[in-house]
Amino acid sequence: MGNSNRSILIILFFVLIGIIFIIRLFVLQVVDPSYKYSAESNTQRKLTEYPSRGLIYDRFGKLLVSNQAVYDIMIVPREVAPFDTTDFCNVLNISRPELDRAYEEMRRNMRSRRISSFKPSVFIKQVPADQYALFQEKQYKFKGFFGQRRTVRKYEYPHAAHVFGYVAEVNEATMQRDPYYALGDYTGISGIENTYERFLRGRKGARYVMVDVHGREKGSVRGGRIDTTAVAGKNITLTLDIDLQAYGEELMRNKTGSIVAIEPSTGEILAMVSSPGYDPSLLIGRERSRNFPVLSRDSLSPLLNRAIMSAYPPGSTFKMVMGLIGLQENVLRTNTPYSCSGAYHARGLSVGCRHHRSPVDLIPSLAVSCNTYYCIVFRNVLDNPAHGSPKAGIEKWREYLNNFGFGKRLGSDFFNESRGFVPGSGYYDRIYDGRWSSLTVISLAIGQGEILTTPIQMANMTAAIANKGHFYTPHVVKDIENDTIPSRFEERHHTGIDPIHFDPIIEGMEQAIWSETGSTARIARIPGISISGKTGTAQNPHGENHSIFVAFAPKENPQIAIAVYVENAGYGSTFAAPIASLMVEKYLNREIHANRKWLETRMLNIDLINATKH
Amino acid sequence: MRQNISTLKGIDWFTVILYLILVGFGWLNIYAANTDPEVPVFFDMGKEYLKQLVWIGFSMVTIGIIFLTDSKFFVEFSYIFYAFTALLLILVIFLGVEINSAKAWFQVGGMRFQPVELAKVAAALAIARAMSRFQFSFNKLEDIARLALLWVTPILIIILQNDTGSALVYFAFFIPFFREGMTPYILLFGFIAIAVFILTLIIPNYSILLILSAGLFLLMILRKHLKESLIGLAVAGVSYGIGTFIFKTETGETNYDMALITGMIAASLTVGTIALLRQFPKIGVYLLLFWSSVVFAYSTDYIFEEVLSDYQRSRILVLMGLKEDPLGAGYNVNQSKIAIGSGGLTGKGFLQGTQTKFNFVPEQSTDFIFCTVGEEWGFLGTSTVVILFVILLMRLVFLAERQHSDFSRVYGYSVAAIFFFHIAINIGMTIGLAPVIGIPLPFFSYGGSSLWGFTILLFIFLKLDTNRTQLIR
Repeated sequence: MGNSNRSILIILFFVLIGIIFIIRLFVLQVVDPSYKYSAESNTQRKLTEYPSRGLIYDRFGKLLVSNQAVYDIMIVPREVAPFDTTDFCNVLNISRPELDRAYEEMRRNMRSRRISSFKPSVFIKQVPADQYALFQEKQYKFKGFFGQRRTVRKYEYPHAAHVFGYVAEVNEATMQRDPYYALGDYTGISGIENTYERFLRGRKGARYVMVDVHGREKGSVRGGRIDTTAVAGKNITLTLDIDLQAYGEELMRNKTGSIVAIEPSTGEILAMVSSPGYDPSLLIGRERSRNFPVLSRDSLSPLLNRAIMSAYPPGSTFKMVMGLIGLQENVLRTNTPYSCSGAYHARGLSVGCRHHRSPVDLIPSLAVSCNTYYCIVFRNVLDNPAHGSPKAGIEKWREYLNNFGFGKRLGSDFFNESRGFVPGSGYYDRIYDGRWSSLTVISLAIGQGEILTTPIQMANMTAAIANKGHFYTPHVVKDIENDTIPSRFEERHHTGIDPIHFDPIIEGMEQAIWSETGSTARIARIPGISISGKTGTAQNPHGENHSIFVAFAPKENPQIAIAVYVENAGYGSTFAAPIASLMVEKYLNREIHANRKWLETRMLNIDLINATKH
Repeated sequence: MRQNISTLKGIDWFTVILYLILVGFGWLNIYAANTDPEVPVFFDMGKEYLKQLVWIGFSMVTIGIIFLTDSKFFVEFSYIFYAFTALLLILVIFLGVEINSAKAWFQVGGMRFQPVELAKVAAALAIARAMSRFQFSFNKLEDIARLALLWVTPILIIILQNDTGSALVYFAFFIPFFREGMTPYILLFGFIAIAVFILTLIIPNYSILLILSAGLFLLMILRKHLKESLIGLAVAGVSYGIGTFIFKTETGETNYDMALITGMIAASLTVGTIALLRQFPKIGVYLLLFWSSVVFAYSTDYIFEEVLSDYQRSRILVLMGLKEDPLGAGYNVNQSKIAIGSGGLTGKGFLQGTQTKFNFVPEQSTDFIFCTVGEEWGFLGTSTVVILFVILLMRLVFLAERQHSDFSRVYGYSVAAIFFFHIAINIGMTIGLAPVIGIPLPFFSYGGSSLWGFTILLFIFLKLDTNRTQLIR
C-alpha cells in the first residue's frame, strides 16, 4: 500500500466520522422529538399554589370551620449536608424514630424513583405554625430543608363532626378519577367536606419557574404570564344552628343515639347529632393518623353517623303514617271507635297493648298509643277488597311509605345515607314461601318487625306531617358563595295523602302530650309552645329497647320537626321525649323555662353508657 | 524585516481564517453557557468568557512569536522542549491541584494551566524529529524503540496524574505512524480488539468464537487460500464432533465452548503446519491474529470485572445502552443529549438556551460546550461546526502532504491526528457515540491552556508550512 493511498484513507476516515456525527445529530435534533419534551420538564418547574378551603358558617352566620397554616418540611436530598439530628428533632418536636422513619421512606422513594434527589419532596408533614417558627430560626443549620405552607382545617366548635366529615390526602383512586388532584393534595373524605368538595377546594394555582439542576429557582417563566393564582374555595353556609347542635350533643352525652331536627317549611336540617361523637379537631392533619385508629376501634363506633346510617324499627312513632294511609285508603273513619282489651287477638295470634280507656277512635288512639287500633287499620289496608289480595295491599302500603321517604335514600347531602327497609310482597313471598296474610305481618302495623327507618327519615316524616302532606329533602347546605345549592333541595315532595287527613293525626299527636285523660308524653309539655309529638319504643332483640320520640312545634306554622333516638333506653317517654322537648324549647325560645330546668339537668347528667356497662 | 514579509506571504490564510472562525464561535458559546439570562452583566472578571478573552489575546501574541521564530528552532529544540514538558508533567503530580480526582493542573492565582496541553505539542515535535531521521524505517528495531520510548513516556506520567482521558490522546499518533509506513495490522488488531471487547460484553463467548472463526475462514478465502481454509474447516468440524462426543461420554454433559476450542486448535495446528511447509507467512499472521483475539475475548471478561473500576464499567455499559441510568453514570450524557436535542433544526437562538444554563449539563463550558452549540444553534450550527472541523482536518492533511521535509509532514499529520482525536471523542461523547472521556473540544472548550496549546500546535505547523519547499532537519 503506497503512502499517498494512506493519506487518502486517513482523509476518508475523517470524513466518515464527520458524516456519522452529522447523521447522529440530525436524528437527535431534527428527527427525534423526545429530547425536546425532556428539556421542557428539565428546566421549567410547575410549583403548586395551594388555595385555602372555603369557610363554613352556621345558619346564623357563625363561623364554624376555618383554616390554619401548617408547614410541610420539604427536603432536596442532594443538597442536604450533615446536620445535628438531635437539634432537628427538638426543633420540629419529633422523636428520633420518627426522623429515622421519614429518612427511610425518603430513601425508599428515591430508590423507586418516586422522588428525585434534585427536587423537593415532603419530608415531615404538617408542622404546626408555632413549631415551624422555631425551625425557621435554625433553618440555616439544616441545608436542603425548607418549609412549604399548607392549610388545614380549624374547627371553632368541638361539635358537628359528623356533618363536617374530614379532610385528608387524596388516594390513588381519587387521583385517577379526577385529574385535578395530584399527589399530596387534600380532599374531603366524608360529610359535607366530601359532598361539597368541588366548591370548598377552590382552584389550585400554578407558578412556573425556571430552575437549575439543583432545583433552585431562577425566576419565572415567560415573565409569569402563564402563571395562575390560586382561587380560594367557596364559603358554605349550613342550615345548622350551631347552638342547637351543641345543645343536642350535650344532651346526648353519655348516651348512644341520635337527634335530627328539621325546619319543615324548607327541609333544612337544624341539628344532626350522632352520639357518641368526637371533636372534629381530632382528625386534623397529623393528629388524624394518631386518633383515627382509636376512634375506629371504639366499640361505641363514634365515627358512625347514626342519624343517617343506623336503621331501627320505628315503633309506635309509625302509627301516624298508618292512620294516614288508612284515611287516604278510605278504610278508616276518624270517628269509628275500636275497643281494646289490652291486646289484639286474631286467629290464635295476639299483639299486646297497654291498659287504657276503651274503645278509642283515631285521635285518642294516638294519644294512648293503642296497638289494637292500628292492627285493625293495618289489616283493613292490606285486605282492602279494592286491591284484591294482601300482596297488592302491601304494595300499596309500601308505595305510601316510599312517598314518605321510607325504604330509600332521602337524597340529603350525605352520600352514605342508609335506605332503611320497607318489606314488600316479594320479601314475604321469599320468607313465607308465598303463604302469608295480613295477620302474618301484623307487627308492621305498630312499626315493629322487618321495617327499619333511620332517624333522618323519621324527622322527615314528622316534617311531612307538620306540613300536612309534603316535605323538602332534608339538607344541611343553605347557601354556597356565588353559587346555588343543588336544585333537588328546593323540590316539594308529596306524600300522596290529602292535607285534610292530617288534622286528626296532628290532633292525636297534640293529645299525646297535652291530653289530661291518658297522654303518653306528658313530660314533653313546654309552657307556651303548642308541641305535638308521639312516643315510640323500638324493640331491640339485642338488649334494652330503644327510646324514640318524634315531635314538631308550634302546631300552627311549624318551625321545627324533630326525631330523637336513645338506644337501649326503654320507653320513648323516658328519655327521647324529654330530650326532644328540650331541643324544641331551646330552638324556639333560645332558653329553657325555669320550671323545666330540673329536666334539663337530669337529661344532661344521665349516663346510660357507663351505667349499662357495669 | 524581509524575512517577515516573506513569512506573511507564505502563510496558509485559509487555515488561519478557519482558526479564527472556530475560536470566535467557540467564545460566543462560552459566553452563552456562562451568562445568566436574569442578570446579563458583561464585565465580571470572575466570568469564564472574560478569562477566555484574555487567553485568546495571549494566543494571538503567541502566534506572532511563532511566526517570528525560525522554523529550524522547532526542530533543534524539539527534544529539549519534550524533556521540559516531561518535567512539567512530573512536577504537576507533586505541585498541582487536584480537579476531578486528576492532579493535572498548576494553579497560579485565578489562572490554571494544564501542562499536558503543551506536552502534546512537544510529543508531536519530538516524534516528528525521530521519524524524520535519515533513513528512518519501521523495520529498524532501533528506530521503533526510540519512537516507542518517546510515545509511551508521557502516557505513563499522565496516567500517574490520574488523567486517563489525556493519556488516551496519545493514541492519535497511530495516524502519523500509519501514514509513515507502520504495518496496518497493528491498527487492524486494535480495531478487532475493541470490537471483541464490546462483543464480549454483549454476546456469549461461544458466539464470539464462532464469529472469529468465520472471520478467519473468510479472510483466508479472500486471500486465495481456499484449499487451506476448507481443510481447516473439515478438521475443525470433525474434531468438534469428536470433542463433543468425548465430553459427553466423559462428563455426561455437552460443553460447546470446550468442543469448539478443541475444533479450533485442531484446525489451527493442521492449517499452521501446511502454511509452514508451503511457506505461506500470511497464514501464520492470520492465525496469530485469530488466537490473540480468542485470548483477548476470554481475558476481557476478567479485565472488565476485575481491572476496571466501578464507574468506568458503568460508563461503558451506559454508553453501549446495556444499562439505563439517567441520574447516575448516564446523567451527563443524558442531559447533554437532551440539551442538544432540544435545539431542533435551527436552535433556540443565541443566549436563549435553557439546558446549558443553570448547570443542567455538567462541565458545560469545558467538556460539554458542544451542547450549547446544539441547543442555541440547532442542527444547522452543529453540522456547520462538524463540517468546519472536517475541512480543517482535510486541509491539515493536504498541507502535510505538500511538505518537502519529513519532519514537517510527520508533524502536520500529528497535528491533524491530535485534533481529530479530540474532536471525535468530545463531540462523540456529547451525542452518546463515545465514552465520557474528559478531553476538551479544540477552540471551543473553556480553558486557557487548552486553547493556548491547540494554538501553538496548529501555528507551529503553519510556520513550518511557510518553509514547505525547504528541507528542514
